[in-house]
Amino acid sequence: MHVSGLSRIPRGATAVWPKLLDLILFLAFIGTVAGIARVGAGMFAPFSPPTVLPEPIDLNPWRLPYYVARSTLRMFIALPLSLLFSLIYGYVAAHNKRAERLMIPILDILQSVPVLGFLSVTVTAFIALFRGSLLGLEAASIFAVFTGQAWNLAFAFYQSLRALPEELREACLTYQLGRWQTFKRLELPSSVIPLVWNGMMSFGGGWFFVSASESMSLLNANYTLPGIGSYVTVAIQQKNMQAVLFAILAIGLIIVVTDQLLWRPLIAWSHRYKMEQSEGDDRPASWLYEALLASRWVQATYRGAQRRWRACAEALPQREFRPVKAPVEPGQVNWIDRGYTAAIALAAAILAYCGLRFILTEIDVGEILHTAGLALATFARVVLLVLLSSLIWVPVGVAMGFRPKLARLGQPVALFLASFPANFLFPFATAIFVKWAIPINLGSTLLMAFGAQWYVLFNVIGGAQAIPAELREMARTFGLRHWQLWRALILPGIFRFWVTGALTAAGGAWNASIVAEVVSWGDVKLKANGLGAYIADATELGDWPRIALGVGMMALVVVLLNRTVWNRLYNLAIRKYSLS
Amino acid sequence: MAQASQKNAVGKPLIEGRKVSKVFKSAGGSNDLVVLESVDLQLRTGEFVALLGRSGSGKSTLLRILAGLMPPTSGEVICASQKVEGPNPDVAVVFQNFALLPWLTVLDNVMVGLRARGVPYDLAARQAVEAIDMVGLDGFESAYPKELSGGMKQRVGFARAFVMRPKALFMDEPFSALDVLTAENLRSEISDLWEAGRFVAESVLMVTHNIEEAVYLADRIVVLGTSPGRVRGVISVDLARPRNRKSEAFRRLTDGIYKIMTNPSIGVDEALATKDTKSSLLPLPHVRAGGIGGFLEIIFDHGGTGQLSQLSQMLRLSIDDVMPLVDAVQLLGFAAAKDGQINLTEKGKAFALADILQGKEIFRGQILERVPLINIMLDTLRSKNSRSINAEFFIDILDERFSSEEAERQFMTAVDWARFAELLEYDAGTRFLYDPSLGGVL
Repeated sequence: MHVSGLSRIPRGATAVWPKLLDLILFLAFIGTVAGIARVGAGMFAPFSPPTVLPEPIDLNPWRLPYYVARSTLRMFIALPLSLLFSLIYGYVAAHNKRAERLMIPILDILQSVPVLGFLSVTVTAFIALFRGSLLGLEAASIFAVFTGQAWNLAFAFYQSLRALPEELREACLTYQLGRWQTFKRLELPSSVIPLVWNGMMSFGGGWFFVSASESMSLLNANYTLPGIGSYVTVAIQQKNMQAVLFAILAIGLIIVVTDQLLWRPLIAWSHRYKMEQSEGDDRPASWLYEALLASRWVQATYRGAQRRWRACAEALPQREFRPVKAPVEPGQVNWIDRGYTAAIALAAAILAYCGLRFILTEIDVGEILHTAGLALATFARVVLLVLLSSLIWVPVGVAMGFRPKLARLGQPVALFLASFPANFLFPFATAIFVKWAIPINLGSTLLMAFGAQWYVLFNVIGGAQAIPAELREMARTFGLRHWQLWRALILPGIFRFWVTGALTAAGGAWNASIVAEVVSWGDVKLKANGLGAYIADATELGDWPRIALGVGMMALVVVLLNRTVWNRLYNLAIRKYSLS
Repeated sequence: MAQASQKNAVGKPLIEGRKVSKVFKSAGGSNDLVVLESVDLQLRTGEFVALLGRSGSGKSTLLRILAGLMPPTSGEVICASQKVEGPNPDVAVVFQNFALLPWLTVLDNVMVGLRARGVPYDLAARQAVEAIDMVGLDGFESAYPKELSGGMKQRVGFARAFVMRPKALFMDEPFSALDVLTAENLRSEISDLWEAGRFVAESVLMVTHNIEEAVYLADRIVVLGTSPGRVRGVISVDLARPRNRKSEAFRRLTDGIYKIMTNPSIGVDEALATKDTKSSLLPLPHVRAGGIGGFLEIIFDHGGTGQLSQLSQMLRLSIDDVMPLVDAVQLLGFAAAKDGQINLTEKGKAFALADILQGKEIFRGQILERVPLINIMLDTLRSKNSRSINAEFFIDILDERFSSEEAERQFMTAVDWARFAELLEYDAGTRFLYDPSLGGVL
């Protein structure tokens, strides 16, 4: 960090303020470390069902901070793990042509498998792995968050590596930067911004997965991990509305706090990795980032560490300089490639065959057709949801995007709402459905929309902001109004962004269907007809063939939709409606 | 390096491309693109070589292959009697769009290559600061690229290359992303460094599409032809340094190369041997053909002669407004101006007297004899089977001589004159030129 923030502090204040700032930051640092140690200890509690179970959830609101901390800790363990995974996965896929041809389709499928569908498989595996300790459940919950983040991040990193300007790669080659140096100087820095943004979005989605995974009723047993998600589940079982309200308050608070303490500073910091050749105007602001820059203690520690690291590196025996190797040229497709493709296809076919045989041991073709019908029902809900949220949020998003002040407010709010685990709100909805006798087949659409719709708003705001002011002025001078204005400028302008938002919303809705198609309040249980409910039921019973069938069916439908509908829309958006 | 010592030093081959070909394979293999075909090129110590070619001549590809950034499809590159099989550590490249890492400071950008070679931080920093001083950027060490102007960014690009003390400096259109003044400034500084013998590299290879730039800087110009790129010829530039762009020899050489570039079928020696003055591409004064006719008639009515000041007064124009007209009638041989006096020639008198058809005939004759730009346009048009050609073709050519705005004006003036003379037709909508002798295309 060469930027020194010291100059920003008024000279007269130098005597007290810097010392105070250092002290505050130092205490915060110590406090965080101590807090993690204290909360983390709970992860190693003994657990050996059915005799030794974790202590039951206490609905006393004073226990809530502890539960929130446990959930948050899971989130923060999953984040670096998924980052590490995505760096390795994306790097290999971008640098090895053959690996790429296998890894990218796999990533495509993994992104389409519902995260909560993974859970049933992984919980069993992790419990077996960490026998006698709560760590198994803990790991399964962390893994659920991981699956919600890793694929996304890996894809973002891969794409950013592929999009690097050719000249920069050549500069690294001609100045003899090796693989590690190129990674450190070029590839990682240029990916910082997509990684931070994708990380922030999928971390937001993670709150839903962490809370849903803490209290999965799974394999005929209710395993509950201490955490905010299980707190809500118990509150619902006991019909304790007050506790649910407290939990909603707590989760809202922790989302805002992580945003302020982690993502805002990261976004402000990542600004320096912008691939721009001239200084832009809009620098994202973060009070914490400013404080870190201004703190002498932090800066001195950072520089000291940098110096020591460099000294260490130079003290090590230097390996002799060897010129870097030539980049490998993509050659003609040869027989090895053909054989490789054939081998992949064969392996995929064998896997599909084994999967199908496993499913067919217990399930007949009739039921498979039945699940296809259920998939259609859930699909109808997803379509309805995307249409409705577009009808509502496109006009609102455009109105906000055209007003810079509103846009600056709107995007973080939309992101907050998207991060908010919608399942916390389900109890109220269920109560209302019961009271007004709303059929759950319709109501579950609303529940799925709770979390998903905000992605449409978020992206449309961004899209409206991206419409050049010049084009809007042109529209005004030519007197375009109402529908004409929408048709000629606004809809084409935001189309690309809407596609991204609607795709994300649809993906979120498929995931949410597993918890939204079966809801309960106390002993009232409402169940919709749909693939989500089918998977939820099978998971609860520990019915492996049906879990496999349900999850497989959902993944298949999502992959097909991505390939046919979304890909086409996206290509259309890039080809025809790109404003850059 | 002074001229003499340079001459002495030239000779030892430093980097050599032998029968270098490059084919970009398409997915199906059916439309493979042959970019370079069997190119031989030698870069010797102590010389400054320019690779000159139009876009699509594969000149940048050739530079990348010689630098080891890209393997050739066939043929080989030899450096220090060894085959080059990867990025050549003896070469430092300056890129067209600078290729600076936006998140590193100027100092860190310049140090990047040294650090990659394991030079300790403090030593690398010291050398980098020296290189930064050398390109005139002292004080900007801790700035980020986005804070710098285009010219300053390219200076960082040069510093990054200089600090490596490479045997050969490769420059890929180093000035073409800069505005005209900045480019000129940087170009002459590079030229000064080279002439003063303080240059860090023994040899330079520069890719350019700018003829003047090549003649101004290079000892040897390698002209590449297009699709596929192959060497059309090599021109030695024996002009004394520092070179004067206004000198007759400089002008003649640029005009000769210009002819080579605009005429794909002409041989290099042939183009340079002919010394007709016709080829000299003087800028056309921006006057419409109708204006020329009107001006001549006024002089004729005045008795065929007149004081320029008097004429301009009569026309209620400033002398500056009249000058382009005077230039034009002189260029076309209709009048001669001397000491503020203008006299019609016989042709001029004949033109003033002629009816419209005769006038066009006379005008046509004068153009064919005296306006090389229109002649080039006509030759090119006739060499095409379709007898039509896009305006951009000529504007691209003119771009190498003039600013793009001026190139467009030059083109439009030439078109206006040629249309008046009924030598060609032009569709402003499609921007296509047609040969009218083919019968009305429009």
